Amino acid sequence: MTNAKPLLDVRDLRVTFNIRREGDLPWTKPRLLHAVGGVDFTLNPGETLGIVGESGSGKSTLARALIGLAPATGTARWQDGTNLVGLSPRKMLKYRSDIQMVFQDPLASLNPRMTVGQIIAEPLTTHHPGLPRETVKTRVKEMMERVGLLPNQINRYPHEFSGGQCQRIGIARALIVEPKLVICDEPVSALDVSIQAQVINLLADLQRDLGLALIFIAHDLSVVKHISDRVLVMYLGRVMEVAQAESLYSAPQHPYTQALLSAVPVPDPELERNKTIIPLAGELPSPMAPPSGCVFRTRCPRAQSACAATVPALMGTPGHLTACHFPGPLTADEVARAQVAEPA
Amino acid sequence: MALLDINNLNVTFNTNDGQVHAVNGIDLSLERGETLGIVGESGSGKSQLAFSIMGLLAKNGRADGSISFDGQEILNAPLKTLNRIRAEHIAMIFQDPMTSLNPYMRVSDQMAEVLMLHHGLSKSAAVAESVRMLDAVRIPDAKGRARLYPHEFSGGMRQRVMIAMALLCKPDVLIADEPTTALDVTVQAQIMKLLADLQAEFGMAMMLITHDLGVVAGSCERVVVMYGGRVREEGGTDAIFVDPTHPYTKGLLAAIPRVDQKGDKLSAIPGSPPNMSNPPPGCAFEPRCDFAFDLCSLKRPALTPFASGRTRACHAEIDVVRAGPTHHTDLPMEAAADEMGQMDIGDPDEHITEGLTVGPATAGTPQELPDDKR
Repeated sequence: MTNAKPLLDVRDLRVTFNIRREGDLPWTKPRLLHAVGGVDFTLNPGETLGIVGESGSGKSTLARALIGLAPATGTARWQDGTNLVGLSPRKMLKYRSDIQMVFQDPLASLNPRMTVGQIIAEPLTTHHPGLPRETVKTRVKEMMERVGLLPNQINRYPHEFSGGQCQRIGIARALIVEPKLVICDEPVSALDVSIQAQVINLLADLQRDLGLALIFIAHDLSVVKHISDRVLVMYLGRVMEVAQAESLYSAPQHPYTQALLSAVPVPDPELERNKTIIPLAGELPSPMAPPSGCVFRTRCPRAQSACAATVPALMGTPGHLTACHFPGPLTADEVARAQVAEPA
Repeated sequence: MALLDINNLNVTFNTNDGQVHAVNGIDLSLERGETLGIVGESGSGKSQLAFSIMGLLAKNGRADGSISFDGQEILNAPLKTLNRIRAEHIAMIFQDPMTSLNPYMRVSDQMAEVLMLHHGLSKSAAVAESVRMLDAVRIPDAKGRARLYPHEFSGGMRQRVMIAMALLCKPDVLIADEPTTALDVTVQAQIMKLLADLQAEFGMAMMLITHDLGVVAGSCERVVVMYGGRVREEGGTDAIFVDPTHPYTKGLLAAIPRVDQKGDKLSAIPGSPPNMSNPPPGCAFEPRCDFAFDLCSLKRPALTPFASGRTRACHAEIDVVRAGPTHHTDLPMEAAADEMGQMDIGDPDEHITEGLTVGPATAGTPQELPDDKR
């Protein structure tokens, strides 16, 4: 670990939505949905942080909160000391060129009525309004070439491209303003395996060449392992475990991480037949009424009374932090118990 | 004789852009109790194959060839025959359980409907049987849950309801079209285990259609790899994974990142899948293939057996493919051909009239909005 100042230092970030139902009276007690409940992490310049979690774990909300698209509390300190949370849109504008985002659905995130050239140029003309038209065009073409699109396609519309190419357009749009951090929210989930590999390689190359930091959100643990330096595991809006990718995948400490990893299918019939899956009992609890103490305790094979009483803090060695009262590999006994307990 | 026999199946769609050849001359067979995996990327024709078995093709689709179930021809069969087959012998589950269940009906009602229609059971007997089946797919408190509507279930539970509904008539064949694609990994593991258990319990054959090679590795005995509407390679699961002999299979296996291995750089397959309204005259994989030579762009390779239980469709010698690199040397630019297969080259600027000044960018720098307008 270097002692350099982190690019982004997030402390106790929370996102809470107030769910009002039709028919609620003005004095009805607000019903709160805790999408993200107190997340801490740091991100160093040039680093890739993978965020994994199942649907409903709050990983996308976390990303949206970082760029001001979801109402958040807490702090997200940028390199220069500014807290990005709660910044007014005018002040945020300055940082928007430093933080860019790539979205999941490649076609839906592009305006169908704008040409590729206009789409890629838009962030540039927004952040640098004085730039001569010729310069903009040159930069757009350079960027298109960079992401593997032919510059002579500049006047095409998004529907004329395949899914993989649309994702390249999305990446070009994010990179044209030379950001320091790119947040990728499920950038390859909608793509076929062979195209997915192209886009992952492209992101990895660009990151290396441009020194970008990446926050890479995905539900596919294999993809995250491949691209990330560090990985953060989320469950029901909380961080369960955050560690160097190597260490997290080879020696997961949190029971949830272990269950998650055991469920990932491996393209090897031999391994697949002999592996032990640690099943999770029951279903994800409602984020409207999360369990007391550790949010995972209702499905954890190791849960004890202490787990219901206090929320476990992130602890461990600097490269491997776990939020669990009883971290460590599950014993054969506990795995067997989980397999019996599971109704499925 | 195989339980399900598909011979020279072709599926074409008439669209405004001309004929789309989704499936081209597929031969397949499925034995009783067997699990067959069908792997392919989007547009490879794997779902249309399943739809044509079930007689569910879209109105503009046309299938020819032959599909016989237990010796009886079912392709383009009269609706009455088809309905009987679908009622008693072949069932299907779909990718998205929410859109395949009727949101206006209680789960017990839509399940009971199947039994009342096909088996002539009374409502109460049908509901009781449905609850028993929901129990079999391990839905806790099946009796109480049966009265709920689909939206009151989670994704994994909805897929269980779908499976229960498909199994109501004890089918001989279950076609599962991407049954776990919309689900989380932990739920996916539960559903795959459930399907394996039920298969053992009911002794049915299963056709598992998926793009996920990991899922196939864990559950199938035999695998068919499809590309561009044709079978590229077929064989036992172990054989396909250990010794892929088609460049596409090989490329696919090298392109997936794995949790159990440390990979350096993924070996992507360059280019994009073919446009099936205008399929190339030769091998559809030729533009993306490392092993391609002259013949490949001229003549389609035929599916030929080369070992017991294994077939492949490739012009390149088997040993050449085996010995070839698993990694592509470099990642070329994605082909510039558009959807219609046209490539335009020429002065890129000739169409540009006046630079890039359209869209919201012309509105100038974004202004802070007053709080009530945000």
